[in-house]
Amino acid sequence: MQVTSSVRKPLVTGGKTYHDVTHDIARHVENKPTKAWFLAFLASAGTLGLGFIAIAATLWEGIGMWGLNKTVGWAWDITNFVWWVGIGHAGTLISAVLLLFRQKWRTSINRAAEAMTIFAVICAAMFPIIHMGRPWLGAYWALPLPNTFGSLWVNFNSPLLWDVFAISTYFSVSLVFWYIGLIPDFATIRDRATGLRKTIYGALSFGWDGAAKTWMRYESVSLILAGLATPLVLSVHTIVSFDFATSVIPGWHTTIFPPYFVAGAIFSGFAMVLTLMIITRKVYKLEDYITMEHIELMNIVIIITGSIVGIAYITEFFIAWYSGVEAEQYAFINRATGPYWWAYWSMMTCNVISPQLFWFKKIRTSIVATFILSLVVNIGMWFERFVIIVTSLHRDFLPSSWAMFYPTLSDVGVYVFTFGLFFTCFFLFAKFFPVINMAEVKSVLKSSSDKVSK
Amino acid sequence: MERDTHFILGVYDDEDVLLHAVTEVRNSGVKIHEVYSPYPVHGLEHALGYRRSRLPIAAFLFGLLGTSLAITMQVYMLGIDWPMIIGGKNYLAYPDFVPVSFELTVLLAAFGMVGVFMVSSNLKPWALPRIFDARSTDDKHIMAIDIANNSALEQEKIKEILKSSGATEVNNKSFE
Repeated sequence: MQVTSSVRKPLVTGGKTYHDVTHDIARHVENKPTKAWFLAFLASAGTLGLGFIAIAATLWEGIGMWGLNKTVGWAWDITNFVWWVGIGHAGTLISAVLLLFRQKWRTSINRAAEAMTIFAVICAAMFPIIHMGRPWLGAYWALPLPNTFGSLWVNFNSPLLWDVFAISTYFSVSLVFWYIGLIPDFATIRDRATGLRKTIYGALSFGWDGAAKTWMRYESVSLILAGLATPLVLSVHTIVSFDFATSVIPGWHTTIFPPYFVAGAIFSGFAMVLTLMIITRKVYKLEDYITMEHIELMNIVIIITGSIVGIAYITEFFIAWYSGVEAEQYAFINRATGPYWWAYWSMMTCNVISPQLFWFKKIRTSIVATFILSLVVNIGMWFERFVIIVTSLHRDFLPSSWAMFYPTLSDVGVYVFTFGLFFTCFFLFAKFFPVINMAEVKSVLKSSSDKVSK
Repeated sequence: MERDTHFILGVYDDEDVLLHAVTEVRNSGVKIHEVYSPYPVHGLEHALGYRRSRLPIAAFLFGLLGTSLAITMQVYMLGIDWPMIIGGKNYLAYPDFVPVSFELTVLLAAFGMVGVFMVSSNLKPWALPRIFDARSTDDKHIMAIDIANNSALEQEKIKEILKSSGATEVNNKSFE
């Protein structure tokens, strides 16, 4: 007997059959790339090339090319690092946390969101690697390798080293989780194909045959990976926040940082998922799979996490005053009214006020409004990291060493490079990989399609 | 007749029909070789009488290995091989070892479990699967019955059982 809900809206519309699901998604892999795809791909590859010049110049001349100075020793690079890592968090939240909560709506967005996670983490990793100045020696500084410098090991007391372990574990576990999910879909494409494509997707599908026993193990692996990835994703941004929270810089050493950073990460990540999915569903005509219901649910997650972030900002301010520590109080007053006031108020407007607009049903069910707000949220989250990092540093303990940070062309170029990298990877993914998890959508089709309620 | 070469295939359109069919077919004394589906069908493993997967145990053991390796590594490097005072802390500042130990636990548990999954399910890039029916990765559930394994029953009888259990098609399939 089929149980249908009168409250929940269907997750797949258009009366799709199982074969329709296969066809609608696999055809984008099988068809020749469109002109629009080529243009978009060339644009991002061009950006990547342009950014690469900036990286080459930076590595050749040294990181003195950046706008950093003696007072502000961390600015644009670490802002971008935290921003990209944060964006990555939504993918794992959708694929792991929502799996544990049995949220069926995750099935049509998890594939693309996880891809976004992986590409965002690669982009994030670029910054600390380039900041090493001589990344070809980086392994000795970042990994516990025996070396000829007297076997001086890495410092396990440092949050920066914890970051190395956290980010690399996060990247590799996400990659494995994503790939396991791709295997059955690659098999579907293999069985529809002939010739070279059959060989390539045959190798990619690892000889998957869809046997009940393999599916049973697959389900077991997915569940355990979700159980492992959930604390992992929380640990990653917690450790990223430790980079700041364990220091003794006013504005940084607060215990609120871990939950505040994790909420901010999910907030910005969902915004990026929305930006990408709104374009993908339109271009690939996937409106029956990524429905208004999906967009609305993601917008609700944005309201929740955006409100947590807003409360965190206010709490920080209150505690700075309540602590009675003058340096702390000054740091926060300086954030709002000092020379970087414009960054602070951009952050406040984009992150605290704009997501509250989603309380209106009209706004959270409007594609245009959602798309604009998703961009606004990501701009706001970039400013949040910039405000936390630069305003806390630029007023040093001695007024004689107060300074300002101004980004240079090299700073901007490296950031541009990561955008090129991210979108090049995403366009390649969108063309050669099935953008929606066909097998998982099929598994919810019987209970969540609009055919059921008819 | 040789084993593992000649099969009768029952093709099912619907997962609920398939679940009942599996029970029915097994009750009538036919041994099912395997069922191939385009997506995971919940309850199918129980209907087929498979034992629960032991992969969670593998994950736990690999996780334990990860924790022990991480703690051993950190204690050896900072406590034994090159002791150094950092920030006035003890050589062995155990709370500081928690993050790396946690990450390595997750890393080894995930990779170990996935490795065991790959090996036990024979998933590898050069594996050539036997495709009983290409539609089994699209929209059909395929129940494969090894003829040699069911020599007590007439082939026609098996086909009848499959048909009456709800199969939309019944085919023969032989491999070289």
